[in-house]
Amino acid sequence: MVLKNSSPTSDLIFFAVFAVAVLTMPVWLEPIGAGYPDLLQKFAIYGLFATGFNLLFGLTGYLSFGHAAFLGVGSYTAVWTFKLLGMNPIPAVIMAIITSGIFALLIGYVSLRRSGIYFSILTLAFAQMSYNLAYSVLTPITNGETGLRVLRSDPRLFDGAGEAQGPLLANLFGFEMTGYAGFYFCAVVLLIGFFIAQRIFRSPFGIMLRAVKTNQNRMTYTGLNPRPYTLAAFVISGMYAGLAGALLCITDPLAGAERMQWTASGEVVLMTILGGAGTLLGPILGAALIKYFENIFSAFNEQTLHEIFGFLPDFLEYPVVSVSSLFVGEGWHLTLGVLFMIIVIFLPGGLMEGVSRITRLFRRKPQKSEPSRATAPAE
Amino acid sequence: MDVILLQLLNGLDKGGAYALIALGLTLIFGTLGVVNFAHGALFMLGAFCAVSFHEILNIEMVAIDPEKTTAWGTPLEIRTPYVETYLGDFGHWMLNYSVPVSILLAIPVMLLVGFVMERGLIKHFYNRPHADQILVTFGLAIVLQEIIKTVFGANPIPQTAPQTVRGAADIGAALGFDPGVIVYPYWRMVYLGFAAAVIGAVFAFLKFTTFGMVVRAGMADRDTVGLLGINIERRFTIVFAIAAVVAGLAGVMYTPILPPDYHMGMDFLVLSFVVVVVGGMGSLPGAVAAGFLLGILQSFASMNEVKAILPGIDQIIIYLVAVVILLVRPRGLLGRKGVMES
Repeated sequence: MVLKNSSPTSDLIFFAVFAVAVLTMPVWLEPIGAGYPDLLQKFAIYGLFATGFNLLFGLTGYLSFGHAAFLGVGSYTAVWTFKLLGMNPIPAVIMAIITSGIFALLIGYVSLRRSGIYFSILTLAFAQMSYNLAYSVLTPITNGETGLRVLRSDPRLFDGAGEAQGPLLANLFGFEMTGYAGFYFCAVVLLIGFFIAQRIFRSPFGIMLRAVKTNQNRMTYTGLNPRPYTLAAFVISGMYAGLAGALLCITDPLAGAERMQWTASGEVVLMTILGGAGTLLGPILGAALIKYFENIFSAFNEQTLHEIFGFLPDFLEYPVVSVSSLFVGEGWHLTLGVLFMIIVIFLPGGLMEGVSRITRLFRRKPQKSEPSRATAPAE
Repeated sequence: MDVILLQLLNGLDKGGAYALIALGLTLIFGTLGVVNFAHGALFMLGAFCAVSFHEILNIEMVAIDPEKTTAWGTPLEIRTPYVETYLGDFGHWMLNYSVPVSILLAIPVMLLVGFVMERGLIKHFYNRPHADQILVTFGLAIVLQEIIKTVFGANPIPQTAPQTVRGAADIGAALGFDPGVIVYPYWRMVYLGFAAAVIGAVFAFLKFTTFGMVVRAGMADRDTVGLLGINIERRFTIVFAIAAVVAGLAGVMYTPILPPDYHMGMDFLVLSFVVVVVGGMGSLPGAVAAGFLLGILQSFASMNEVKAILPGIDQIIIYLVAVVILLVRPRGLLGRKGVMES
């Protein structure tokens, strides 16, 4: 599915289209009410997180239920880098990638001894351990329930500690990482991450990872040891998660333990499945969709619903509003759960499968009349 | 010695809850081969059966006594629940025993929920990958949880144990230790006995009835049982419903210990999965043993003496044990070979 229609040129075109789409998000997402930087930052950050998760789950089939741990480690590292070295995001990003990579190496080395649901439980156990420890004993490092933040009294080696004025925000050579500047920073990092993911998908290494998913026994019989490949995938995907965690702190310098909870790990699984595991674009779509629902749907209330359904006659409007109000505002999780069940039941390949089904539907008819049409979609 | 005994007792009731949920999970996994992430939600539904039963009983008749006034000068309202008005002493008794009596409500409700869930959703997932099963039941768990949240609100709703078992027993004094050292609430004792009874009933059902025999045969080799002309799917549906009832009853009886709220199921689910895996996927005795074992270990780890040596151990002990067992004994304590390994 992924291997056909891929040539270096089509990959490049696909990447270019994707880059333009990401960078112009503020423009084309405006009409649906998502054109504001806070939400766009989330799209980029969680898109990156899901892309990394997909490198493990989509390619090797190992379902990790503890990826939020790496997100949390990345966040804590980033805030500590701010505290010690200053508010420049670049060292924070680098440190977060390194720390979460080491963390992933340790956890992965142990967890990858088992496969299937045992692997899921092992990663879940490690993530829960990190979460519980971050909440309790590691409070000196993580600041427990309050969350870790940058203080004025911190040493901040490179950018003058103890300065009384100026907000404590991440600052890339004079650009404060909030609003659109923050979004573009995240977007550029997402593009880099996406490009690397695309290269991995096309590389011999990526093919090895798919071989792990397809038939590990056969791979072993041909004389290849799958463990180093899966471990590498695990570490890379942990680094992506750490990077996403660092970006979360760059746009808002606060790290809390709840980022490591297993529900957060569940969320990235949802994003990836929703979009389509094993595809390049799917996880990013899924992440954007879930974050969009979270932000837009949870802001709805009965008032807005009455405005939306105002065109209905009164006797219809009241029941429609009262039913749909269950699904918005506080109840947006209900929408998420229902949507999720529908996707898993009817579209196990996620949204990307839906897209490819539709394109197939449209392509089949013209193929009879004009067989020369060869523009293959990049994915 | 007395401290150890106390922690042992403390661990047992939590272990009882773990064991009951893990037992249901294992039943479902062993028979249907489905990993049910909605099992915690079933536990929660059971707990909310107790809550709704209590609320139904507490529908009150408000009478205004014109003679008396409250301290604020308004007429005194006398509130009497209808059950008490109509049924007198028996109604009063029902109110007092609302938690155990609500088992009578929970059993049919959970049977129905289990039946509908299996026929409506799980049936279509027998042949799908385990990841899909996990995900769809996870989605279902979110939906159930959110429905409960809309109906009952997000706050925990405390339930009280019956008056007679509300206090605590001084077990230590009875065993010859100093009085007041080992104090154990009666309700936890009730819970422990209840858990043991339910576990015993499930095992007896599987061991000594023809139905149970067929189910065990189906767990061992589903295809062959099917070839013998037995409709194994229908039996498995019933097994699913039974597992739902077991989880529900565990929830009902747990309400006086932990005030139920909509996410209690998720909290227990993660731990129960760890329990199942430690016990060995597909092994019923393993699930029960591991449930009690982990419950006890958890309460030992929360002793101050232990925490002084290993800070934070109480938070991670269950997961730590799970990791060690999975690495040392890959199939869990009592697991069979070849389950869930592909």
